[in-house]
Amino acid sequence: MLAYTLKRIGLAALVAIAVSAVAFLLLRASGDVAVALAGEGASAESVEAIRQAYRLDRPLALQYFEWVGKTLRGDFGESLYFKTDVLALVADKMPTTAWLALFSLVFALAISLPLGIVAALYPNSLIDRLCLALAVLGQALPNFFFALVLIMVFAVGFHLLPVSGSESWENFVLPSVALGYYVAPPFMRLIRTGMIEVMASDYIRTARAKGLSGASIVLKHALRNALVPVVALAAVQLGLLLGGSVVIETVFALDGLGYLAYQSISHLDLPVTQAVVTLLSFIYVGLTLAADLVNAWLDPRIRIG
Amino acid sequence: MIIAGVGKLAALFAAIIIFFASALATPAAAGKRDNSVRFAEEQAVDNLDPYFNNVRIGVILAHHIWDTLIYRDPNAGEYKGELATSWKWIDDRTLELELRQGVKFHNGAEFDADDVVYTFNFVSKPESKAITTQLVDWIDRVEKLDRYKVRIHTKHSFPAALEYLAATLVIHPHEYYAKVGPKGMSEKPIGTGPYRVVEHALGKYIRLVRNPDYFTGGPKAQPTIDKVEVRFIPDRQTQLAEVLSGGADFIKNVPVDQARQARAAPHLQVISAEIMRYAFMQFDTLDNTPAPMLRDVRVRQAVMHAIDRDAMVKSIVGEGSRVLHVPCFPTQFGCIDEGAPHFAYDPAKAKRLLADAGFPDGFAVDLYAYRDRDQVEAMIGYLRAVGIRANLRFLQYAAFDTAVRGGKAPIAVWTWGSFSINDVSAGVSNFHKGQADDVNRDGEVRKLLERGDAALDPEVRKSAYAKALALITERAYVLPLYSIPVYYVATKDLVFNAYADEIPRFWEMSWK
Repeated sequence: MLAYTLKRIGLAALVAIAVSAVAFLLLRASGDVAVALAGEGASAESVEAIRQAYRLDRPLALQYFEWVGKTLRGDFGESLYFKTDVLALVADKMPTTAWLALFSLVFALAISLPLGIVAALYPNSLIDRLCLALAVLGQALPNFFFALVLIMVFAVGFHLLPVSGSESWENFVLPSVALGYYVAPPFMRLIRTGMIEVMASDYIRTARAKGLSGASIVLKHALRNALVPVVALAAVQLGLLLGGSVVIETVFALDGLGYLAYQSISHLDLPVTQAVVTLLSFIYVGLTLAADLVNAWLDPRIRIG
Repeated sequence: MIIAGVGKLAALFAAIIIFFASALATPAAAGKRDNSVRFAEEQAVDNLDPYFNNVRIGVILAHHIWDTLIYRDPNAGEYKGELATSWKWIDDRTLELELRQGVKFHNGAEFDADDVVYTFNFVSKPESKAITTQLVDWIDRVEKLDRYKVRIHTKHSFPAALEYLAATLVIHPHEYYAKVGPKGMSEKPIGTGPYRVVEHALGKYIRLVRNPDYFTGGPKAQPTIDKVEVRFIPDRQTQLAEVLSGGADFIKNVPVDQARQARAAPHLQVISAEIMRYAFMQFDTLDNTPAPMLRDVRVRQAVMHAIDRDAMVKSIVGEGSRVLHVPCFPTQFGCIDEGAPHFAYDPAKAKRLLADAGFPDGFAVDLYAYRDRDQVEAMIGYLRAVGIRANLRFLQYAAFDTAVRGGKAPIAVWTWGSFSINDVSAGVSNFHKGQADDVNRDGEVRKLLERGDAALDPEVRKSAYAKALALITERAYVLPLYSIPVYYVATKDLVFNAYADEIPRFWEMSWK
């Protein structure tokens, strides 16, 4: 187990480093940073002045290694656009995104658990097909579209919830639903499959023979085992939620990391984009690593492969 | 980006929920109830100091939190004294101004010549890293004559100085600014303007309150609206949803099709106003142009005849826009149409011109653009009808401008706002005086523009500009397209005016 763990950690670190380097290169390739900073209509002299002021004319490799060196010491630099410390900026926005991701995950589980269980208990029936349809709809609908529909029905139409902003918990309801619905389908399918498998196993037959009630069998005995792979999936889906937050936060004007990523990309604010991409990739890699380790711990066969 | 594709669908939904919203409930009239206006804006401002940002909301707030020396009346078009009371040119490089007395900054400090001297000398220094250097780099230095008199020395003869002083060249309190610098000024802005900042949550919102001690006798009215809240909502559909549900009172730059739908809502008003921004198509005719066929004037003239600008203005650009025949905005000083040829929509003539130039079957060419994709696609449709197969390269502004300056964009569709400066020197001169964005480099045009930019005599300027514009159009370097309108959607009871400089004036607004 230890050898496996170390190997996985090593690979994870390499992936994270590769992501940061690729992001660095891609950002520079997407446009001239000095022009973006100078803004629309700036003269060539203004652009040059900015290029000099921010030392953007140095060789790429030099800029990258300087960035790595500073990052390892915890200095993520200063935002070119906001002119504030990047780490402080990220730390300020992180809680909003963390809450959004958490609430979305909770919502996703809240709808996928009942759907998955019901679908598993009546496989290939009309109910199963309906649950499947709902799941597929969640994956097929673009989440920004669904978000707008939610706004239009619940905020504008029925005035039940606010349209945008991040003042209170009410502002997180619609965004969590929009984002949660997007990641629910894989959970539903996994729970359904897991439950079907488990319900056909010997110990469940024993439980039935013992005379235990249906509810007790499903919830206490079967679900517990079916949920094991779901925990691992949750870790991975959390990463997906962080990515999906870019669009959702922009639509709902939630001032989180996703929106910061969107703004910094539009402004070619390199230090911030770099920091956000690096941070999110570390989190995502960390989560998938955790999922791998959990699975390996539960199923020793994985450790050998 | 994501918004563009969903525009049409959103318009349909807007129609549906407008029905919802009006049928089910009347929205909360919070803005009217507490005499405030809630304004939703797309792009957040990074630094509130007007010399250190270049976003639209920065320009708007500059006029609310601070004052400039001179104010240009948007209705009469004349210059009025704001922080200055009178001015005269001593020689062709020295402007002397008398300053207004009895004006106080929001922190109680008194306004006088020291503030003008410090502000201008600071921002015009390259080390200060002011963002839009073009707005201040004409200033050589400012000299104090006495407590309420200053002299501005320009680097070269600069007749447009008054126009620039009336733009966003605001005056900062010298002691405070020297102490806190641009960063401190952004965090806690202090100016002389009709509104004060009470709260600034970076990237989220800015809250302003009325300045009860705003000086009287100036060109800006005493404000009646007590509070203004500017909220940053990046998605245009969300902005519209906020106005529909009563969460916001005022939004602008609403896409045409959605604005038209919003007209159906009984509690909203929709106003469209032409702004100074205009669109034009630029052709790269230099030696290293990626499309050598564009060096033949007949090919360029063919493009000029191929696009039906009247039809575009009528159907997709929006109400208030008009076709332009020279690449400048009609109210700009020096924007003279007479003498410039008009290119009528004539696809048959376009095809003939192409055949004469040796392209009877047309040709393929890259076309670069960075906004208003639907309009650009309409233009491409017209070009295709005469055989020119334009391949659209739709980029972010920074990538677009890099391509143009790098000689990679044979045809580029630009829009230009001239920084809301009503003088041709801030407009067409930017593209034909040999700078990075000049992809024609015509020496004759350049000389004429230089004369127009430098002469102090208005008649000399006008004649030089008229000749330059006529040449640019005759030689088909640029296809002037149309002026761009902006749609405002607001709560019905809000009384406001829409101006060509795109600056909503909250100090003039009121609730019915």
